[in-house]
Amino acid sequence: MDWSRRAVLGVAGATALSTAASAQGQPPIKIGILVALEGAFAAGGADGVRNVELALRQVRNMAGGRRVETIVAPSDTRPDTAVRQARKLIEQDQVDFIIGPLSGSEGIAMRDYAKTIPTKTVINGISGALETTWVDPAPNFFRYNLDGAQWGAGLGTYAMRTKNYRRVASVSADYSFGYTNFLGFAVDYCRAGGTIVQRFWVPLGATDFGGVIAQLPDNIDAIYLGLGGTDAINFLNQWQQAGAGTKIIGGTIMADQTVLTSRGRARNALIGALTSGPLAEDNPDAAWRDYVRAYQEGFPAAQRFASPSLFGVGYYIATLAAIAGLNAVNGDLSDGQQKFRAALSALKLASPLGEITLNENRQATGTVFVNEVAEGPGGTLVNKMVAKTDGVTQTLGMTAEQFRAMGLPSRTTPNDCAALARR
Amino acid sequence: MTEFARRNPFWSLVIVVLAAAFLWLIVAPWSPGLEETLGRKRVFLNAIFGGLTLGALYFLVASGFTLIFGLMRNVNLAHGSLYLLGGYLGYTISTATDQWLITFPVVFVLVALVGLLMQHQVFRRMEGEELRQTMVTIGLSVVLADLMLWIWGGQSYTIQSPDWLSGPATLPIVAGVGSNGAPIYMRFPQVRIAILIAAIVIGVGMWIVLTRTRLGMLIRAGVDDREMLAASGVRINYVFLAVFGFGAGLAGIAGMVGGTFQSLSPGEDTRFLLASLVVVIVGGMGSIPGAALGALIIGLVEQIGLVYAPTYSVVFTFLIMAVVLAFRPQGLLGAGR
Repeated sequence: MDWSRRAVLGVAGATALSTAASAQGQPPIKIGILVALEGAFAAGGADGVRNVELALRQVRNMAGGRRVETIVAPSDTRPDTAVRQARKLIEQDQVDFIIGPLSGSEGIAMRDYAKTIPTKTVINGISGALETTWVDPAPNFFRYNLDGAQWGAGLGTYAMRTKNYRRVASVSADYSFGYTNFLGFAVDYCRAGGTIVQRFWVPLGATDFGGVIAQLPDNIDAIYLGLGGTDAINFLNQWQQAGAGTKIIGGTIMADQTVLTSRGRARNALIGALTSGPLAEDNPDAAWRDYVRAYQEGFPAAQRFASPSLFGVGYYIATLAAIAGLNAVNGDLSDGQQKFRAALSALKLASPLGEITLNENRQATGTVFVNEVAEGPGGTLVNKMVAKTDGVTQTLGMTAEQFRAMGLPSRTTPNDCAALARR
Repeated sequence: MTEFARRNPFWSLVIVVLAAAFLWLIVAPWSPGLEETLGRKRVFLNAIFGGLTLGALYFLVASGFTLIFGLMRNVNLAHGSLYLLGGYLGYTISTATDQWLITFPVVFVLVALVGLLMQHQVFRRMEGEELRQTMVTIGLSVVLADLMLWIWGGQSYTIQSPDWLSGPATLPIVAGVGSNGAPIYMRFPQVRIAILIAAIVIGVGMWIVLTRTRLGMLIRAGVDDREMLAASGVRINYVFLAVFGFGAGLAGIAGMVGGTFQSLSPGEDTRFLLASLVVVIVGGMGSIPGAALGALIIGLVEQIGLVYAPTYSVVFTFLIMAVVLAFRPQGLLGAGR
């Protein structure tokens, strides 16, 4: 729906393009922000925009000695929209590089689009499909966040060993990130000896989950809920209406700030839910604390979440990487941005989530936290960190061959749970 | 009904047998053999009841649509926008006041006013020009969608049902047998049962108004022959206004219902416009019983399809529409004009 996009673009563009051009002789650097502002992750996308703004504000909109301008291009989580908006950023707005996209399938589409613009660079926002940096990666596509499979590390082990959830059924989103995120959990859970009784896949943006809820088997210890944004809120609401029942293990985006802060009964079902992901809100690390404080002081309470959302953190770190890369080359983007890309590949990025490095696929290696939702002060819900795995690689600790042999994330991968347990 | 049975004794028998078999499937406990072929009974029952609820929602949207078409020959393609507007208004008001039930009449009145405005300011000026009216409704739907995106943004909302409707109710229908041999009764969300009952009440109420009151008589006369009714001295513009307002208000209420048991977001307007188009094409343009039948069929098919053949569930709806158009183009209960 093109007409709707124009309105959002106008507002977002006007705020982003705030002040005068360059104080220096050089023209300003233009960054395109590709972010989902419609659909299931609209609230998370808005937090992404805020965090880009925050990161740039912290360097007074200067990087590598040049002024930085941003242009926001809103998408709606659909890959074709993402590419259309990216093309607009490159061709019409003539940005130097793009930060984004937000959602899994968009990321895969952007990997392919990136190959058609070899003199420009794409720094991933927070999209987490495995294929984006695993299958035929683009040389100018960089991802400083972990992918969905990495985000599942440690969750299955914790659910099995500590919580003793021996049998689970899964309900996950039927698209690339849903598969990837589920794979990360399933590999870990199967290795720990758990059994996945049945898998359900629901389309992204589905509204009626009555049929799936009715089909959930009786004899399970927990359900794995691989949904996010409003999909998760809808499911939890309807699950409550239908009488709820078992415990919840959540995918990475299930107990995010966007869901925790939603109004109504979905929240009640969430207490005690386990999730895993790249961040822990109560992480005692000083870098994380400083960042959260900057976020909270940077925006009025009504215009932000209590703590930065996963989507926000992703865009923040992507912007940090862009700034660090620009500083390393002194703002030199000439020669098809070759120096800039070399600098990005070699970065040892100090981020609120610790040091991030990229592998040969330009994919991050980093830490994954397991969190449990608990009731905080004043009836709010907070994530409490319960476990942590450092140095999670793209292949989840397997060799590249083993990982490849398992197959790409799909509705049926990993298909042999028992084999993973034996390994 | 009796006339149909007299003329088509064979098909009547087939329909009766099918209905009886269907009822038996719902009421009787399933044997293990049956569970093996059809899956667990609980799943089947939930698909049926889910379909009934969805059908009820479709009926609320489509009945206004079909009434407006029947009387004014105006294919109002902005009907979906009225649905979404009602939902958003319902969300805003019920969140602010915490009064779910009282929000319904408020939303009805507000959206009906929008409908009245549309009829009085726009469609009245292009009476009889059906194509032009249809094009204008498309334009209006685009404008309304953009305005709603401006006001409520791109995220989706769910309207909270009140506490007394939260959680499931136990229905006196056996869904299965527990491990200890005791029957397990079916549980279904209370809020959905309430929606189903409300839709039936509204449907019956509309039927009574249409068949038993003077206004209903005027509307039926208008559907049959507009010019003749106008010539006999009825101020037909007022009838038009009343029907348009009522149809719009009904769409608004449906939006609130949809926002309570599903959710509201940009795009829902076209989804429900499409659904009501399919419903009235299957049921018959301009017929309220047709809208009820069409909504029931589409709702059931959608839910049963989702459970038993998720990949093809979208196809079934349109397959039914295509079959109806091929063999009975006026719709199942449409008048053969």
